[in-house]
Amino acid sequence: MAQARSRRTRIGMQIAEHSTGIIASLLFLAPIVWTVLSAFKPAQESRQPPLPPWPTTGFSVENYATLNTFGDGLWLPAQNSIYVSVMTVVLSVIVSVLAGYGFSRFRFPLKNLLFVVILSTIMIPFQSILTPIFLVLTKIGLHNTLTGLVCVYVTLQLPFSIFMMRNAFDAVPREIEEAARMDGANNVTMLLRVMLPLVWPGIVTIALFAFLSAWNEFLAALVLMTDQSKFTLPIMMTALQSGRFGAIDWGAVQAGVTVMMVPCLVLFLLLQRFYIRGLMAGAVK
Amino acid sequence: MTSIAAISTPARRRKLVGAGRRQWIGLLYVAPAVALVVVFFIIPLCMTAWMSLHNWPLMGAHSFIGLDNYWAILRDTRFWNALKFTGYYTVVVTIAIFAVAFPLALFIERPRPLTGFYRTSFFMPAVIGFASASLLWSWLLNVDSGLFSPAAFELGLTEKKVNLLATFQPAFWSIIAMVVWKVAGFTMIILMTGLQSIPPDLQEAAMIDGAGPLARFRAITLPLMRRTLALALILSVAGSVLAFDQFYIILRGGPRNQTLTAVYWIFNQSFVSFKLGYGAALSMILLIILVALSLIQLRLLRQPEGVD
Repeated sequence: MAQARSRRTRIGMQIAEHSTGIIASLLFLAPIVWTVLSAFKPAQESRQPPLPPWPTTGFSVENYATLNTFGDGLWLPAQNSIYVSVMTVVLSVIVSVLAGYGFSRFRFPLKNLLFVVILSTIMIPFQSILTPIFLVLTKIGLHNTLTGLVCVYVTLQLPFSIFMMRNAFDAVPREIEEAARMDGANNVTMLLRVMLPLVWPGIVTIALFAFLSAWNEFLAALVLMTDQSKFTLPIMMTALQSGRFGAIDWGAVQAGVTVMMVPCLVLFLLLQRFYIRGLMAGAVK
Repeated sequence: MTSIAAISTPARRRKLVGAGRRQWIGLLYVAPAVALVVVFFIIPLCMTAWMSLHNWPLMGAHSFIGLDNYWAILRDTRFWNALKFTGYYTVVVTIAIFAVAFPLALFIERPRPLTGFYRTSFFMPAVIGFASASLLWSWLLNVDSGLFSPAAFELGLTEKKVNLLATFQPAFWSIIAMVVWKVAGFTMIILMTGLQSIPPDLQEAAMIDGAGPLARFRAITLPLMRRTLALALILSVAGSVLAFDQFYIILRGGPRNQTLTAVYWIFNQSFVSFKLGYGAALSMILLIILVALSLIQLRLLRQPEGVD
């Protein structure tokens, strides 16, 4: 009797727990799902409140077509965003792998000082140095260029990614290197052939963080990209949403938000393991 | 073992010969990173301090004016109002985030079927950007084409469609709701790492001693994850003090400039009014606040974790 009752309460508990979990999950997913579904309504229907969220008068990609008629269209800012994000990933990986290797495996003058200086830049908000960054970019001729924006994004990624890469290299046993050196590997082949395959999870992690932060960054792009042809997606969409191109078309906003969200969500779902790894490394250390 | 020793002895000798040169090569490896940090961080940082002592318009010559910008800040009531609002927002949003993230962390920390699904769903909004999230919610909050006001009206909760963004209180709490939705999953993961580092036998021992769940939470969980709590707290505070995107995109600082944050005010002064020197002085104040917060963080994190 008592046993049966305790089993019944346990099942009851489980039902309660899972309903809480499912309701909470739906609350967190709802705004995303609502937007993605609503974006597929015909333009006429998009002006109405999204009740229900799915298209009721037929499935349509009209909103995406409308979005493409504003300003320079959808493709140019999307291209800018892709260029900036991919370049940020490539450059921040190259620079941090080199620096991580350098800090992990060599002793040179000022090593500790340089490491501490790079890491401590994380304490200083980049929002407070945007004006001078603007002036520096003007000085070196990168003013209002996507390349300039990439340089800024890469620099902002460095404290995290160099820290990650130095730890990744530190975790590789020195015996492996000594054996490779015996086989006549020089520094460069050592790094490319021997070390890289061993630290690749760290590389995926820093690449993922670099992509997400560059793809989503708003303030620096807003300040530094003054020419409409250089707008990234968040800047272009904010211009649209503020009514800069005439009456606000909420259907186009939903389509644009979907375009901005989907790459992040897909990458996260594919590489979740690496994302959590990065967060843990940051949280534990 | 002996074979490794035998191999590494000549290797070590050769290393000694080329040691000096080879070690210097390390500088070459870190050089690109150092160059980027110097050009795009250290120099701008020094320039901020230097510019804050100048009257520096976008066009034309700048002139040295000493501490005048800082004296002007003392009289700039709108900056102090922005700072006050930022502080208020930071306190409210941090409490709200923790109130949601802590139960979620406790919920997903226990392994059960579907935990992976729950964790992923709670975390999804954290990977989309603040700009995307703000654009999304500016639509949901829109009075005519959005979700909340029309839904409340349809359900008969309100007599007419209420514009949530027209007055301070509903606008402010809408932003809080959006930020909690976006950030709680992130804080949850940080807190979860802290929960997982607590040895399970400690909880079991306390359970055997007859400690209830609340007593266990207060006596074991909270003290043992002090460092994680400090980290989550500081990340939340630092992020909120620097809030800009959501207030710019959803509210444009309104209604009636009541939701201008510190970064927003600096942005207005520097890039709308083009008072670059004054903006730099304001930035210095913000920078000092953030560095002070970081130093407090370092102190909190330094304290050893454990039962003491």
